[in-house]
Amino acid sequence: MAQLVKSKKACTVSPLKMSQPIGGALAFMGMRGAMPLLHGSQGCTSFGLVLFVRHFREAIPLQTTAMSEVATVLGGFENVEQAVLNIVEKTKPELIGICSTGVTEVKGDDLKGFVQQIRARHPELDGVEIVQSATPDFAGAFQDGWAKAVTAMIEEMVVSPEPAIRDPRRINVLPGCHVTPGDIDELRALFEDFGLVPTFLPDLSGSLDGHIPEDFTPTTLGGTGPEEVRAMALAGWTLAIGEQMRGAAEALEARAGVPFRLFARLTGLAPCDELMAFLSQISGRPVPVRYRRQRGQLVDAMLDAHFHMGGRKLAIGAEPDLLFALVSALGEVGGEVACAVTTTTSPIHAQTPCEEILLGDLEDLEAGAKGADILITHSHGRQAAARLHIPHFRIGIPMFDTLGAAHLVTLGYRGTRDLFFAVGNMLMHHHQSHVPGPEDWRDAWPDPHATSHQAAQELVP
Amino acid sequence: MTSLNQTIQDVFNEPACGKNQAKSDKERKKGCSKPLQPGGAAGGCAFDGAKIALQPITDVAHLVHGPIACEGNSWDNRGAASSGSTLYRTGFTTDMTENDIVFGGEKHLFKAIREIIEKYAPPAVFVYETCVPAMIGDDIDTVCTKAAEKFGTPCIPIHSPGFLGPKNLGNKLAGEAMLKHVIGTKEPEYTTPYDINVIGEYNLSGELWQIKPLLDELGIRILSCISGDARYEEVAWSHRAKAAMMVCSKAMINVARKMEERYGIPFFEGSFYGIEDMSDTLREIAGLLIQQGAHPELMARTEAVIAREEARAWAAIEPYRPRLAGKKVLLVTGGVKSWSVVAALREAGLRVVGTSVKKSTREDKDKIKKLMGDEAHMFDNLAPREMYRKLKEAEADIMLSGGRSQFIALKASMPWMDINQERHVAFAGYHGMVAMVAEIDRTLANPVWQEVRRPAPWDRVEAPQQAGREAA
Repeated sequence: MAQLVKSKKACTVSPLKMSQPIGGALAFMGMRGAMPLLHGSQGCTSFGLVLFVRHFREAIPLQTTAMSEVATVLGGFENVEQAVLNIVEKTKPELIGICSTGVTEVKGDDLKGFVQQIRARHPELDGVEIVQSATPDFAGAFQDGWAKAVTAMIEEMVVSPEPAIRDPRRINVLPGCHVTPGDIDELRALFEDFGLVPTFLPDLSGSLDGHIPEDFTPTTLGGTGPEEVRAMALAGWTLAIGEQMRGAAEALEARAGVPFRLFARLTGLAPCDELMAFLSQISGRPVPVRYRRQRGQLVDAMLDAHFHMGGRKLAIGAEPDLLFALVSALGEVGGEVACAVTTTTSPIHAQTPCEEILLGDLEDLEAGAKGADILITHSHGRQAAARLHIPHFRIGIPMFDTLGAAHLVTLGYRGTRDLFFAVGNMLMHHHQSHVPGPEDWRDAWPDPHATSHQAAQELVP
Repeated sequence: MTSLNQTIQDVFNEPACGKNQAKSDKERKKGCSKPLQPGGAAGGCAFDGAKIALQPITDVAHLVHGPIACEGNSWDNRGAASSGSTLYRTGFTTDMTENDIVFGGEKHLFKAIREIIEKYAPPAVFVYETCVPAMIGDDIDTVCTKAAEKFGTPCIPIHSPGFLGPKNLGNKLAGEAMLKHVIGTKEPEYTTPYDINVIGEYNLSGELWQIKPLLDELGIRILSCISGDARYEEVAWSHRAKAAMMVCSKAMINVARKMEERYGIPFFEGSFYGIEDMSDTLREIAGLLIQQGAHPELMARTEAVIAREEARAWAAIEPYRPRLAGKKVLLVTGGVKSWSVVAALREAGLRVVGTSVKKSTREDKDKIKKLMGDEAHMFDNLAPREMYRKLKEAEADIMLSGGRSQFIALKASMPWMDINQERHVAFAGYHGMVAMVAEIDRTLANPVWQEVRRPAPWDRVEAPQQAGREAA
């Protein structure tokens, strides 16, 4: 429904967007015993590392091929080979996930060929999965890098089962990068309550959900293991969450014949209903009582929240799938989009229920948020929100000034309910801070000579 | 790239750097940073270093010419404080796309500069060159010159592609850009014999403001701080200072040394961390100013302020000493902090059981030896697993380090405190040392450490017990 409008500015001011390689790296962080590796200069890794450390408040495994100027010009094969060997020696990973960056893509390094060469030269690495993904910084955005890395893992590790003996209880789940570790936990419990056995690719809930391990490990903690990825070929269904995962779901279907169902969002009453019906269908079980209760709670929450959300103007900056989920769900309790800004192109924009989506930055969002009641974006929106004097609901990556970013749950009946409460509360508290005064309504009618209702509007906080 | 190569060689050939002078010509040419190891490297790139060094200049628009990664993944992530403009906290980038790679990014950059000047009217635009434009050969010098001519606003090219080397090199390249294009381009309204520059101080968490009141009291003016809480014009007229203090031992030594050569501004290397270091710093500032023509009575006034402030600081720290005495600290930082903080911690009765010297110079190491004697456990590179072991086995009671290694301590359920740039508490000067000690105490005294070490109920094998009956 929305039309995508590209910003005509030459200068991006206060970026909303982050780059593909670190999106890809985050996907690899949801794998067990993994070490993501960025093929670029060491700053590419260092910035990503700091960003994730501040968001997750966790140790982050992320390495670099440490490309120098000379290596960049001559080609980076030796650096990639050295990096892989060093990582294997130092950290004994099960999987190394390599993402290219802007500088090595400009040079035209053939990562795929590099990995083949490394494989040929080092048979001792046979037990280590090496997955590579082309993710130049100068194209796409964070969620594109995530999607590419997940697709690359499927293409590298999943082989077609012959003959296929499917286990109908097993399901594959492909979460988009906006699905938090907390969201994954929520979904896992849900699937298990239907008697299903889910495999998440990737699974950040095992690796970045902030638990205390028994011992120190330099690679990821938890996450999905390579043998579990291979076993995905035998599952009865694949559930993809977010349009960004369509490519990965299609790849899995093409390789192993696993049918998929894509849920463009799982935030909001209707999509959750659809999910329940689908799970009930594929599992042959009725919806458990717990979720019937949760649905009732969500409906009640929507009734309570609509007083505070109805007609309120929202300024939302998020990556395409998260934006779609937020605009849709908050719209269903009456929130109206004053301004929506996103990072990259996606087919989902056409289905997003607002007039216009701007491919732009937080400067655009701030400009469009004049008169908005709330700003909804990641932590970098803080300066804009302060200047606009409106509340700022933090969601997305990075959330560097917030505890528990990994545990923010916004999907399922319960997650949707909590989202409405959190946003509704911010609006309510902000509204309460405007105490009416005895002069508010004196001379409140618009000046008949003025062209707009400016005077009256100014009184409404 | 030829002139850039010359600049890099020039930076490597730093005569004021003791470590450098000990090398042969050939070694010196290779530069002061160890070659980075693929798959085993940590730390930022030259662009990161350049940005760190200059971003604290508050009224400048810092424009990053590169793909989204360089600025989009990193902006507004440091706590340099400003007493005025907040423009430095806005992220500007050309966000280069495939089009720029194919056709070159120069026109795009020019337009970006124009937009910034039209919308934000900054006194200057700093243009940071990153790897991708360096690869495709964008001539940012010419773009900057043309834009400056056309719009009448200085546009300063900072050549800092990340693949040139580590952060430290970037600090120096940033300094070179200031020397070449900014310093000496404006004149202050007036000068006094009490004007100093502070070089390499970034005013993180507002630390400069823990020092400034003392200088104000002594009648000493910070003519220019490079770059904490600085305005563009202050950097531009910094060549009129009478003396300079260089704060972080390796970061911008080239700026201090070249300003001494060009403008006759003598400098010393000092620290704001630690009570005695702070006092020495004040004495050095006063001494240099007197040597440069300030009235000698300044020294007596300085000593009086030192005596008063030290007494106050000691008195404020005193209540903590019994609480902290003998507590073991593992210090994982680098450079100047490897010794300046050691002194401060010992002042509070803490025992430093180890300090990292990864980024420290030989002088830094000598200072540690002098401070700690045989007790000094210096390590070049402490592997994360080893840090974890030391903490888990209680060889240390608390680790002080940068944000990246905090989780090694926290996962061992051991106290940790941030002493690097991301922290939010100011630790400079006399007040800062008291704050640091208070912060360590706040951390160590927290009952959370006992709580989080409780075994889980399923790890305790006990017979079920009745409880709660007595009260009934």
